[in-house]
Amino acid sequence: MEINLSVDPELVRKILTEFIRSEITRVGFTRAVINLSGGIDSAVSFALAAEALGPQNVLAIRLPYKTSSADSLEHAQMLIDQFGCPSLTIPITEMVDALIAREPGMSEIRKGNIMARARMIVAYDQSEAFKGLVVGTGNKTEILLGYTTLYGDSACAINPIGDLYKTQVRHLARALKIPELIIAKPPSADLWAGQTDEGELGFTYAEVDQLLYLLVDQRYRPVEAVEAGFDEKFVRQVYERVRRNQFKRVLPPIAKLSSRTVGYDFLYLRDWGT
Amino acid sequence: MKLNLALAQINTRLGNIQVNLDKHITLARQAFQDGMDLLVFPELSLTGYILQDLVPTVSCRPGVEDPVFHHLLDASRDIDLVVGFVDEDARHRFYIASAYISRGEVIHVHHKVYLPTYGLFDEGRFFAPGDSVRAFDTRFGRFGMLICEDFWHASPPYILWQDGADMLLFSSASPGRGLTAEPKLESSAWVEHTNRAYASLFTVFVAHANRVGFEDGLNFWGGSTVFDPDGKLVAQAPYFEEALTKTEIDLNQLHRTRARLPLLRDERPELVQRELERILHGN
Repeated sequence: MEINLSVDPELVRKILTEFIRSEITRVGFTRAVINLSGGIDSAVSFALAAEALGPQNVLAIRLPYKTSSADSLEHAQMLIDQFGCPSLTIPITEMVDALIAREPGMSEIRKGNIMARARMIVAYDQSEAFKGLVVGTGNKTEILLGYTTLYGDSACAINPIGDLYKTQVRHLARALKIPELIIAKPPSADLWAGQTDEGELGFTYAEVDQLLYLLVDQRYRPVEAVEAGFDEKFVRQVYERVRRNQFKRVLPPIAKLSSRTVGYDFLYLRDWGT
Repeated sequence: MKLNLALAQINTRLGNIQVNLDKHITLARQAFQDGMDLLVFPELSLTGYILQDLVPTVSCRPGVEDPVFHHLLDASRDIDLVVGFVDEDARHRFYIASAYISRGEVIHVHHKVYLPTYGLFDEGRFFAPGDSVRAFDTRFGRFGMLICEDFWHASPPYILWQDGADMLLFSSASPGRGLTAEPKLESSAWVEHTNRAYASLFTVFVAHANRVGFEDGLNFWGGSTVFDPDGKLVAQAPYFEEALTKTEIDLNQLHRTRARLPLLRDERPELVQRELERILHGN
């Protein structure tokens, strides 16, 4: 079965740059801040923000930890140079290690979460200092799979790329002239040495994007996805992962008591009045 | 007979009637100065689209006593206007509505009859559905108005056609969606196909005013169009950008097209009625 996830990059670029401009300026801001990991997702969000707001209005932040790969830092710098944006490099080692040192033998997952949340703290601090909104970098694949740290890398004011699968982010990256070595390298959260997304997830983005497209966009039932040629175990695993991570995609439920409750029957868009 | 028609492809301020009203008045003035006879605004052009709990705070009553319509009716002394708003009836039901106003009077109000309540849409939660689809007479001939989902159903345009409308004025706040390798969103392609089809099948003019801008993550794609009775595209606004799109419509095209292609003459509404009677009532 042929599943074509390609997009028209110019159309996507038009919509997403307009989105960034509209959603930032309508609330009285003109600037953005963005954590640049050196990976493709933040590169794409960054390029879109720079185009939407003008490079001088986008602050790029590099946040290395002592075990971060040197490539990550270097690739982030390449992007900063290419787009000509102001930038900061704020190592997170000291702040992260102060917490990690309190508990010897802490798991890699916990350390990774602490790093992701430390980066969030820096981004939001710079948001106030630079008077810019935090632009998110999570793609549709990782949002659906929950492959993200809640209140860490998932935290942002607006997310331009959250409805693009990883495969589609790659298409867009080429049109935005992101350097090929950033597009081609194996995706990694870079929270510990040698970590790769696909190694940790146990499948490739190319595979899972096709399956997610059928399950989510085309509303295939799992059994129909199997009939379409996907391995049953793989389908079950992905479906379950999407279900289990719903909590990361919604605001925390409020226990309803009154006759009008935020989240249930107090309904306004965020853009209310703007 | 010529009709100078303009489409106001605007962005709106969500829930701020005053700002939106000012934009209507400014554009009406500009269109009049440019020699336009009729200016069509998109769906809910006075309020913005995803209103949710704002609905009861932005409603109007079309008429001179209404502080918003008062200004619009004033402006309509120079140029006919189609405006989108929330209509609150005497029993305090809220409708998504379009008003055709001309020479200081409300000529016709249409209440959206199909309220999409699926997918990203939740209109049925906040609004009452209209219950009539009627053509009306203007100083340029007999027209009909529909709002967005109304023309995703084939029957309302058909009813207007049979009720004598030679010009269908469509307004929408259509959220862009459906990404493919094509340079056009699926939602845009769909609306353009169907509007062209209505123009061709009914040998009428079809003018569509769509809005632009964003509400949270939803984009409104614009691309407002006018098709003539041959199904030819005679005007199109850009995608995603505000525009005042002006076109001169030659209403005599109706004569020429129907002389060649008498689909209206040959249409058999009695047959439709008979078969619908059978289908609905078994007789």
